[in-house]
This record gives sequence, C-alpha cells and structure tokens, in this order.
Amino acid sequence: MKGKQRKSFLKGLPKSPTGIQGLDEITKGGLPKGRTTLVCGRAGCGKTMLGMQFLVRGAAEFDEPGVFMAFEETERELTQNVTLLGFDLDDLVKHKKIVLDYVRIERNEIEEAGEYDLEGIFVRLNSAIDSIHAKRVVVDTIESLFSGLSNESILRAEIRRLFRWLKDKGVTSIVTGESGDGTLTRHSLEEYVSDCVILLDHRIDWQMATRRLRIIKYRGSSHGTNEYPFLIDEKGVSVLPITSLGLKHVASTGRISSGITALDDMLEGKGYCRGSTVLISGTAGTGKTSVAAHFTDATCKRGERVLYFCFEESPTQILRNIRSIGINLEPWMKNGLLRINATRPTLYGLEMHLAIAHKVIEEFKPHVVVVDPIDSFAIGTSDLEVRSMLIRLVDFLKMKNITAFFTSLTSNGNLQEPTDVVIPSLIDTWILVRDIEISGERNRGIYVLKSRGMANSNQVREFILTSHGVELRKTYVGPGGVLTGSARLAQEAAETAQALIRKEEIEKKQRELERKRRALETQISDMEPPLNPKRLKLPSSFRSIRPESDR
Amino acid sequence: MGKYVLRLYIAGMTFRSVNATRNIKKLCEEYLAGNYDLEVVDLYLKPALAKTDQIFAAPTLIRKTPLPLRRITGDLSDRKKVLFALELKGMGEGEV
Repeated sequence: MKGKQRKSFLKGLPKSPTGIQGLDEITKGGLPKGRTTLVCGRAGCGKTMLGMQFLVRGAAEFDEPGVFMAFEETERELTQNVTLLGFDLDDLVKHKKIVLDYVRIERNEIEEAGEYDLEGIFVRLNSAIDSIHAKRVVVDTIESLFSGLSNESILRAEIRRLFRWLKDKGVTSIVTGESGDGTLTRHSLEEYVSDCVILLDHRIDWQMATRRLRIIKYRGSSHGTNEYPFLIDEKGVSVLPITSLGLKHVASTGRISSGITALDDMLEGKGYCRGSTVLISGTAGTGKTSVAAHFTDATCKRGERVLYFCFEESPTQILRNIRSIGINLEPWMKNGLLRINATRPTLYGLEMHLAIAHKVIEEFKPHVVVVDPIDSFAIGTSDLEVRSMLIRLVDFLKMKNITAFFTSLTSNGNLQEPTDVVIPSLIDTWILVRDIEISGERNRGIYVLKSRGMANSNQVREFILTSHGVELRKTYVGPGGVLTGSARLAQEAAETAQALIRKEEIEKKQRELERKRRALETQISDMEPPLNPKRLKLPSSFRSIRPESDR
Repeated sequence: MGKYVLRLYIAGMTFRSVNATRNIKKLCEEYLAGNYDLEVVDLYLKPALAKTDQIFAAPTLIRKTPLPLRRITGDLSDRKKVLFALELKGMGEGEV
C-alpha cells in the first residue's frame, strides 16, 4: 500500500480520462481521479452534455461504470436527449454500466416541518454506486435543491457533506452548477469543491455564439489556462485546444505544380513549395477562384486530397462556375479526393471556424487546403482576432506539411496592399492579380509579388480566362505602359503587319538585287565575245607604256 | 373520508428519526385514531424505496392517500405545519 502511494505520488496526480476529445489534452490526462470536479456555466452551455459524455465514455471505453443523478431531467428525457448525440443510454443501463436516477423536487408538494438532512440523496447515491460498482458519478444540478427546500443552512451543510462523502467513496465525480451574476455558481458551490473547476461559457460576439471552456483551477496539476472553444455536435462534446504551435515545422523542399504551366514557369518552372502558404490576392472578379481551381485540379490529378473551404458559394455553384473555364472537379468529389466545405462566415464565430477547420482537417487529412476567400472571417470581428486566427491556422497547416492556398479580396483603391487581414510576412508565395485599365478596357495582369526560397519571375503577365482554363500571355511593355487586351492585340497585329512589310521589303530588295545581278551578268556575257579576240591582238609593247600614261 | 396511508422514511436510529417517529405516532392517534395506516421505513434497510418514493431528505413523511400526494420533511416537531400539510386541521370538529 505504501509503495503504491509513493508510486502515484511520483507520477503526479492520478487522473481519470474523460474520453472527450481535447479535454484530456488540456487537463493533461483527465479529471482528478477520486475527486470532485465542478462544472459550471449558464443555462444551455452544455454542462449536462459534458457530464453525460464523461459517464458514457467512462462506461464504454474505460470500463468505469457511472451513476448519473439528475435533478432537472427525468431518466426518459435524458435518454432521449443523448440518443440524438449517438449514445445508446438504454443499452448501457441494461448492461449495468450506467445508472440513471432522477430526483424529483416539486416545491408545492413539500412542506418543511422541523429539522432534516439530505440522507435520502446519500442513500440513493450509495445504493446506485454499489449496485454497479460505479467509479464515476455525475450530479446535475444539485442547486435545484435550493429551489425546492428553503432551509439554506441545512442545504449548505449537507452539500458540503455530500462532496466530502463522494471523495471518501473514491468516485471520480462531476458536479454541475449554474452560474450566477458575478459568481461561478449561484449558490457558491465552488467554496466546497476545491480540486478542479471548469467553466463553460456560451458567449455571443457580433451575434455569433461560441462555446468556450476554461479550467479555472486544477489543484495538483498543470493545465491549459486559455479559453478553448468547444463544440456539441452529432458526436457529442469536443474541445478544440488551439494554441499557437510555434515554428517547429520542418520546411519541405518538394515542389507542387500550380496547375498552370505558365505560372509554374514564373516560379522556377516547378510551382509552389510543398507545405508553403500561397496567397492570391486581387480585386473582385480577377479570377482568383480560377487559379485555385487549377491548383485543386492538378493536385487531385496526382491523387492527392484537397480540402476546399468556401464561404461565399455553395459547392454546386463552385463546381458549375469552375466548369465554365473547362475544369471539371466533380469526378474528384466523387472519388473522395476533393471535399468542399461550404459554410457561411456568419454561421459561427471566428474561433469556431478555426476549430471546425482543425476538426475537418484532422478527419480528412488533405495535402492541400484551399480557403476561398480568407477575408470572410473578417466580418464583424476585429483585425487582431482575425490575424491571430490566421497565424494559428497557418501554423497548424505548416506543422502538418499541408500546402495552403488562400484567396483574398483587396479593396479597390488599395491595389498594392494585399488585403486588410492577411499579414504579408505570413505568406510564402504571394501572387497578385490586378486590373489594368487602359483605353476603356479592363484586363488582368498577374505577377508574383514574392516567393520565398525560389528565383521567381519579375514579369507581369496578362491573365486570360478561357473556356479551357487560365492562360497567361506575355504583356507588352512600351512607352505607353503595359499593353493588355485589345491594345495588346493591336500591338500584336501591328507587329505582325510590320513583320510582313519588312519581309516584303526584304523580298523586294532581294528580287531587285537578283534582277541587277542578272542584268550585269547579261552585260558581261554580251561583252565577252568581242573582247576576247582584241585582247589576243594587243601588242606587248603597248602594255609597258600604259603605267606612264596613268601617272 | 378515505383512510390515511402514511409512510415515514427515516435514516437510521438517530435522535431526529426517533423524534419524528414519536411525533407522527402521537399526532395520528390524536387525529386519526383507527383511520390510518402508518409505516416507518429505514432508508438504510430499504434503499431501493428511496428511489421509488423520490426521497431526498430524511426524515420525510409521505401521505400516499388521500390524494394529492404530500411530503413533509423534517422531524415533524412543528405540529401546526404538519397538521396543515396533512389537511388535518380541525378534523373531527366538522370544520374544513
């Protein structure tokens, strides 16, 4: 016994894993074993759900049967509520893994006449615990007693005794309490529970609700101290510990094609760096999504997975629009290489978006993540929050060696600046698509603003959307500036014409020369026959006089 | 008038339990002589009944009939309250 104690002392506080994704991570192993944890929060913040999941996971995964004592919901209601979340409570009850006990407190049935204690609750808990050898207990919400019974001093003394009793019983327990104004629980239960206190919060910022969890105290253990967003979905509660992950990721040297040959050419002919962060920014309608589509298509063609987050269009709308430039992404969706995750930015708060992104990324394990557009997050939230979120997202993706492709909308008057939300230093490869307005026309120019770790092209190319995808053309740079669109076409035509004229001129000249040569040749040949006999007849003395006459 | 079916839950033989038992017996004899059925249950001996009868405090007196169901918690030393809760005030004198 003594040796055992020492061993557990050396190992630190023994813990009981909750089986709740993320919560075990921030508590570094779970709730304190054999002790009581207070879970507090306002109505509807998920206290019951957390408690129930603690029990169900304990019973199903850790072989620790549990007792749920409910003061607010009947056994039937509880079973129904958690069935929606995928727990089969009936089955666990049948197999003696869980005991549900509903304590009904009806104010108008009760009359208090003299001294009493809460031994009834102790007896019920005790018999329930003993009947299945329970290791876990949830009491939800003991504060209901205060509404049914009026003698507060008795209740306080009894609740204190209950917590002591639970500890002595050696069960790991969760007690829930409703938050009051400025206090953790309405009746200050936190005064009695000293081992671990978890606060749940359902906060609304800018009309968007986010659930958050914070460990206020955890005696005898270190723990994450931040507020962590958590989620209640069809799989129950999951806490999403998102912290800044630091800069420990290993930089990859591999390259990954952008799907546009000419763009690859601008990037040393090899494309983006694998695991890097690519940003394409530009004003509305400059074809950012099309560049993203090319990249998506190329990645899927290599048999790699792409996760596409979009915040402005539905998946079918995206597929249709992309098909208009000759890229069909539908087969990739069908064979599971592409997943489009479309949500309205206003659906959740920022933290929740990030948390959900994490969750989906963990599930799908993509090679490439596209976020189109990244600015959607900025709606209604402060720049600072958006930036910190982006840093965490980029860190997370880099750590997983996932290539990130963000599109970003720039406001019109602000062409040089990337966007309002993106921090330039965060981006490895930054491609800018900008409008070039010349002579009543709006054309697109694309250039690589920066690309870390490679010798990228400094050229501005004209960017054309055709029915067979994006095409990049060389633009003309002359005294009149960059020529694009019809000006470029005119320039091309002019050059062609000039070339033609030149060619014709040359040909004309050549013909002329040829004619002259022929004329000369005929002259020569005409002159040759009379010359020959004369030269033969010339006397030798005549030749010696000639140099003198020249002088 | 129907028969009174009463059940008193106590938790062990504490001072409070003894008091409550004595108080209710006395009261019953005084007001309901011959027309009542009183059962004293020790929660420690029959814990399952605590759940069935929704007991959380001890001692608790339950009036099963006549309906509606009434619960009186405490050692029943406050006689006025007990009589009021059991609707026994003025019984036998024809008052309501």
